Formats: sequence, structure tokens, C-alpha cells
Amino acid sequence: MIAADLLVAQNVGFGIISLLMIIGAVRVVTVNNVVHAALWLVIVLSGAAAQYLLLSAEFVAITQVLVYVGAVMVLFLFGTMLTRARIGAESDLNNKNWFLGIPVALLMLGVMSYVIVDGFGSERLIENSGDMQPIPIQVISDDIFGPYLLPFWALSFVLLVAVIGAIVLARKD
Amino acid sequence: MLTTQFLLLGAVLFCIGVYGVLARKNAVMVLMSIELILNSVNINLLAFSVRHGSVDGNTFALYVIAIAAAEVGVGLAMVLLIYRNRRTIALDDLSEMKG
Repeated sequence: MIAADLLVAQNVGFGIISLLMIIGAVRVVTVNNVVHAALWLVIVLSGAAAQYLLLSAEFVAITQVLVYVGAVMVLFLFGTMLTRARIGAESDLNNKNWFLGIPVALLMLGVMSYVIVDGFGSERLIENSGDMQPIPIQVISDDIFGPYLLPFWALSFVLLVAVIGAIVLARKD
Repeated sequence: MLTTQFLLLGAVLFCIGVYGVLARKNAVMVLMSIELILNSVNINLLAFSVRHGSVDGNTFALYVIAIAAAEVGVGLAMVLLIYRNRRTIALDDLSEMKG
């Protein structure tokens, strides 16, 4: 890999977006305010949508924005506001043994990074980055309603059960 | 673009999410950390979709997004129920089923 390859616009964009995502993710798990954590999570999810665009997956990026940044975030904020009397910093969001999570996460990161770098090295994602074509939605729908129709049915059933379950659980009676 | 950079980003987000699941006590924060984990998996799926020149990764990513939405709905309904009965959503107070 020659150094000039590092400076194509896609790589610069990737670096900036992933830096924002990692900062946002660290803030999500360290900040002492549930509402702030939800807003940091918005940055991570939007950054993920931008990465999907870099990977030429336009439909998934749009779905990510609609479902995660739109629906799931509103659910989180509702859940926060319905379960807590006050909106403000809390001191007891962490377990008393929270520091044990740090070595576990670092160990996992070390093992996974070693395996990834060892397995893929400096292999290109695609021979020529300019060749990446956006995937037409028609192709995705052919895939969903063709070879993956059965999982789609199962998924519809799961969503139905989730809706009924959420209503039954949250109903006041 | 290299394959490694997307996979490493996924690994970093995954480990941050695992740390959040282990360290947080508030149930809503644990659900947020699970969202981080699911997003890192989606990044990996789409990277491999491009690498193999196949559209299957996009399909799987859409399925993961749908399952995550269902999971958050049911999870928050359970959190609301726990809050209504216990007036707290601290996970280490829920120890009835501890052996």
C-alpha cells in the first residue's frame, strides 16, 4: 500500500466520522446523565449511517436514520422521562464493580484487533474504490423476497409479537 | 479503503458496548449499550457485503435493524413495568431470581 492511497477523500471521511463515533460511544457509556447519553447515542447512530453511505449501502443508511435516529431515540427519551422523576445528572448509574468492565473490554478489543489485522492485513475492500456502485433497492427487494423470504416471515411474526407484548406489558389494568 | 478499517471500527464500538453492558446499572443505559453492539455488527455486515460483491449483507443489516427495534420496544415496556412495581430501574436491585 502506498502512502498516496491513504489520502483519498473516502479515507479522510472515514477517519473523521469514526473518530466522532468513538468519542460519542465512549461518552454514551461514561456520562452521568441519561438524556445526555441518549443524545450522544444519536451522534454514534448518525455516524453509522454515514459509514453505510461510504459502503454504498444507501437504503440501509436511510433505514438507519428513520428507525434508529427517529423511532428508537424517541423510545429511549420516552423511557427515560417515564421512569425518572427528574432530568439531571445522577451519581449512581454505574455498578459498584464497574471497573471490572474495563479489563474485559480491553482484552476483547486486543484479541479481536489481533485477529482482524492478522486475517485481513492491508487487503483492499474493493480493488478500485471508484468502482463502488450504489446498490439499487430493487436488488435488495429481490434478495429479501427471494432467498430470504422465510426469515422475512419470521421477522414479521417477531414484530407482531413484540407489538402485542409491549402493549400487554405496559398496559395499566 | 481497506477491509481492516471497517472491521476495527466495528470491534472498537463492540467493546465499548460490552463495557457499557457490564458497567451500567440503569436498565435504559444497558439497552443503549446493546444498541452500540448491534450497530457495530451492522458495520461489519455491510463491509463484508462490499468485499464479496453480494447484496446479502444489506439484507441481513436490514433484518438486524428490525429486530433491534422490536427488542427496544419490548425492553422499554419491561423497564416501565419494573419501574411501576419497584419505583427503581437499577438492575442489581432485581435479585429475586438469584439462586
